Amino acid sequence: MTAERRPLSRTALAWMMVGEWRAHPGRVATAALAIAIGVALGFAVHLINGSAQNELAQAVRTVNADADLQVHSSTPLGFDEGLYPSLARAPGIAAASPVVELRARFGVGPSQSLEGGGLTLLGIDPLRAAAVTPTLLGRGAVRAAEGAGGFVPESVFDPRAIALSPAALAASGRKVGETVTLTAAGRTVTFGVAGVLSQASSEQQIAVIDIATAQWLFGSLGRLQRIDLKFAPGADPQAVQAALRARLPADAQIVTAQSEARRGDNLTKAYRVNLEMLALMALLTGGFLVYSAQSLSVARRRPQFALLRVLGLERRGLLAQVFVEGALVGGVGAVLGLALGLGVAVGTLKFLGGDLGGGYFRGTTPDLVITPLPALIFFVLGLAAALIGSLLPAMEAARAQPGIALKDIGDRNDPDARPAAWWGVGLLAAGTLAAFLPAIGGLPLFGYLSIGLMLAGGVAAMPWLARVLLSPLRGPARRVLVLDLAIQRLWGAPAQAAVALCGIVASTSLMVAMAVMVASLRGSVDDWLNDILPSDLLFRVESGGFDPALRAKLAAAPGVDAVLFQKTLPVRLSPDMPPLILLVRPVDRDQPADKLPMIGAVAQAPAGVTPVWLSEPAARLYGRKVGERMILPLGGGSSQVFIGGIWRDYARQAGAIAMDGADYTRLTGDDLRTEASLDLAPGVTPAQATRTLRALLPAPLAAQVQFFETRQMRALALRLFDSSFALTYALEAIAIVVGLAGVAATFSAQTLARTKEFGMLRHVGVLRRQVMAMLAAEGALLGAVGVIAGLGLGLAMSQVLIHVVNPQSFHWTMETRLPLGLFASLAVALVAAGAGTAVLAGRRALSGDAVRAVREDW
Amino acid sequence: MSASSPVLSLTALRKSVPGGRVLFEGLDLQVAPGEIVAVMGESGVGKSTLLNLIAGLDQADGGQVAIDGTALQSLDDDGRTRLRRDRIGFVFQAFHLLPHLTLAQNVALPLVLQSVEAGEATRRATALLDAIGLTRRANDRPAQLSGGELQRVALARALVHRPALVLADEPTGNLDPETAARILDLFVAQVRGFGAAAILVTHSERAAAVADRSLTLTREGLVAHHDG
Repeated sequence: MTAERRPLSRTALAWMMVGEWRAHPGRVATAALAIAIGVALGFAVHLINGSAQNELAQAVRTVNADADLQVHSSTPLGFDEGLYPSLARAPGIAAASPVVELRARFGVGPSQSLEGGGLTLLGIDPLRAAAVTPTLLGRGAVRAAEGAGGFVPESVFDPRAIALSPAALAASGRKVGETVTLTAAGRTVTFGVAGVLSQASSEQQIAVIDIATAQWLFGSLGRLQRIDLKFAPGADPQAVQAALRARLPADAQIVTAQSEARRGDNLTKAYRVNLEMLALMALLTGGFLVYSAQSLSVARRRPQFALLRVLGLERRGLLAQVFVEGALVGGVGAVLGLALGLGVAVGTLKFLGGDLGGGYFRGTTPDLVITPLPALIFFVLGLAAALIGSLLPAMEAARAQPGIALKDIGDRNDPDARPAAWWGVGLLAAGTLAAFLPAIGGLPLFGYLSIGLMLAGGVAAMPWLARVLLSPLRGPARRVLVLDLAIQRLWGAPAQAAVALCGIVASTSLMVAMAVMVASLRGSVDDWLNDILPSDLLFRVESGGFDPALRAKLAAAPGVDAVLFQKTLPVRLSPDMPPLILLVRPVDRDQPADKLPMIGAVAQAPAGVTPVWLSEPAARLYGRKVGERMILPLGGGSSQVFIGGIWRDYARQAGAIAMDGADYTRLTGDDLRTEASLDLAPGVTPAQATRTLRALLPAPLAAQVQFFETRQMRALALRLFDSSFALTYALEAIAIVVGLAGVAATFSAQTLARTKEFGMLRHVGVLRRQVMAMLAAEGALLGAVGVIAGLGLGLAMSQVLIHVVNPQSFHWTMETRLPLGLFASLAVALVAAGAGTAVLAGRRALSGDAVRAVREDW
Repeated sequence: MSASSPVLSLTALRKSVPGGRVLFEGLDLQVAPGEIVAVMGESGVGKSTLLNLIAGLDQADGGQVAIDGTALQSLDDDGRTRLRRDRIGFVFQAFHLLPHLTLAQNVALPLVLQSVEAGEATRRATALLDAIGLTRRANDRPAQLSGGELQRVALARALVHRPALVLADEPTGNLDPETAARILDLFVAQVRGFGAAAILVTHSERAAAVADRSLTLTREGLVAHHDG
């Protein structure tokens, strides 16, 4: 006869699981929490990014209204308004609406913040806009019921009437019918608030005035920054674009909704992906902790599982048991993580904004956008991390020979078994190779794969590494019994040590890698700030500028040793890339390094060709090299320029181009400069110099110029740097806390599993305090091995972050700097935590009766 | 299968340990339904290994093990596991009760592994606990019991699913003589009451005395045991 094959007993599974969880709720909770934290971080970052992206898209839609197509100027200088009639008559165009677009600010005087902020001021022709972009027509408070579509309120013809978006109205602190003062292009004008742009996104600050007023009052006569276009019915968009392109000057570009979306996406893609990857790394750490918890649980229950096998539970039943346990831990953790992530996202959006301190969407608080698919994906990821973490322990449980395992009532480690290194070495080698592969779609995916493989390799190599590190300590017996016992134990059971270290090595190495990368970047930024801001005092004006006569006057002011004037303005090289910054300043074409922090070789421009120097991100983003030529759209024409070198820049991630001031003025006719940096004469304080210079400025300009001490600027820049890495620091801290929780849980489990051993030691005369000392020594040694492994692995991973992930994501490089103080604190904390948790767990294990401990079978 | 067919049949069984030392070879044994056979022998002679071979937990180097006419060698691991689940009960020297389950759940475990509904399994287990003198202890956990009580529970677990064969490995090895005697009496009464056959591995002459047959395991196989 043969026995009947029956489905797995759910009752048996449930009894075993509930019993285990009831017996060790802390361990299960730690594993679930680890998954929850990973899922929460990932989901929160995703929600925040999604909400910020949505806000950005809404903002773009609001500013661009609902035009089918737009023509934008390459720089804020605008293009000649003669382009407007030419485009309006182009084939396939039903209507065109000219637009003046300026950055503006409420009130008089300089901005209170270094970053500026403010609102977008649009000048429109109401009759034209009614046909192309009706949403830009304000809805007056008096006639609020009549909506915007097609209706042109009378107030828009009033040259001093202004319509504000709800956010701008709130920021102004005014109501419809009241007056508001605006400063733009160096001029301050008061308007009457005539209406509200009710269809603007909730956070976007926009103001709309009459185009003639904008041109007249803000010095933009004859210039436009934008033309909005509506296609004729049935027109072929591609054909229309081709026809328009033929009519465009070099300093104008066609912009579509798609290219705008791409531009917004490109602006923040690397930052978003990096944060999501960090969150996934946290999830990976969670997976390691589940592995750690499940491995210990399986090791401890080996005889129980053997009994079940003897009593008739099939191999797959045992596999299912451990797997289902992992799945439930993962499922509970993932659900908890989703709820936690939602809370974190809400809180972060409220307190940090949509860019998590990254500085991309400054000043906005996006509405939270929740979609079910990402929630499902992060749930599955959490579940998968737990299942993968349970896979090896489950297989080990199912593989064990029940007859032997049933007899295994003690520690069955074979000290003579040599731990294999090839798995770990193989993964580490694969990780190293992956680091050399190029970016995919501008993202360092292989860089992250490399880090993941290194992490897995480092953890897989732990038994071997623990044996290697402890071997030198093993020599002849010392007089200190407890230390000898501790070393022999760890040396003889490196696999168990590795399980304990798994979570901590994962989280420590990630933390070390991030800390090295951040320290390197911060150090490089600090050096760069010293290069770029060597002077004592800076001053700038947001709009308008200093003409040559005024510059000469300021340069000759008493107390001023030397002065460097410059101007920065955005330039669009491609419609689907964020604009780069043109940095206009005196640069010696023979010695550019005098004024710019150059990297690598420089090249001399041929006679008659204008040299420019590209920032490192610009060179990487646009794939340009020293000695090449490129087209720069400036001043109504396109100029061929020569790339004379690459300079380091950490401020402008979208790239920057430096150009000598004389060349810029020659190409554009613009001889105004907006910023200046001063070296002060010995004994002159910044405050004295500020007073002197302000007195020299003409009255309208004097009210708008901002003065900064360079020292303050550096401090502010580093403060901004730190705030942009706030989330990174938070992730690091969480990773290390989760790792330490894992160590505590692991030590506790391993120590409790050795109750019998301690009972035996007490029987043969080892004092309770000696057992405690032995455990403390074991914990400290384990912590030390964790520190060495975590540091080594973290340093290797940091090199991938520094030399692969950062250049591929953010297009900048840096020199490695080691935060030795942090390493020392980390080492002390881990060794202390190892010893401390081992002792705490030991106190519990030793609290029972030694005789009973030895007699006990389970 | 006729009524007189042996529950257990061992034919020319051979087993060696890693390193090549032969534990036994040419071992033959037939156990009839309801028969209790004691197996004695020195430490390390392979008594527990013999039980493992009978249970399909270990593989013989040669020969055949058949339970109720089914040769274990013809079954894969799952097949042997299912045979164990349905036809064999186990009693161990170290009791091997699961500490986080109640006594009733421990006893009911073989039934729930056979997919008997949990309520029914627990009811049958509780009834058996009553029968072996552990009335009203069904919801206690193993940590609350003495050694003798633990072995009673283990005995109940070995019989609850009405196995054809009970394998007992030193069931009184951890107990004092008085408790051991009571457990042996209970063991014999219950095994006979359930109509099962049993192999009782023991060092104890007193334990062996309760069996129908007493054999000694030697390198040449099982030989009839003689006192002294």
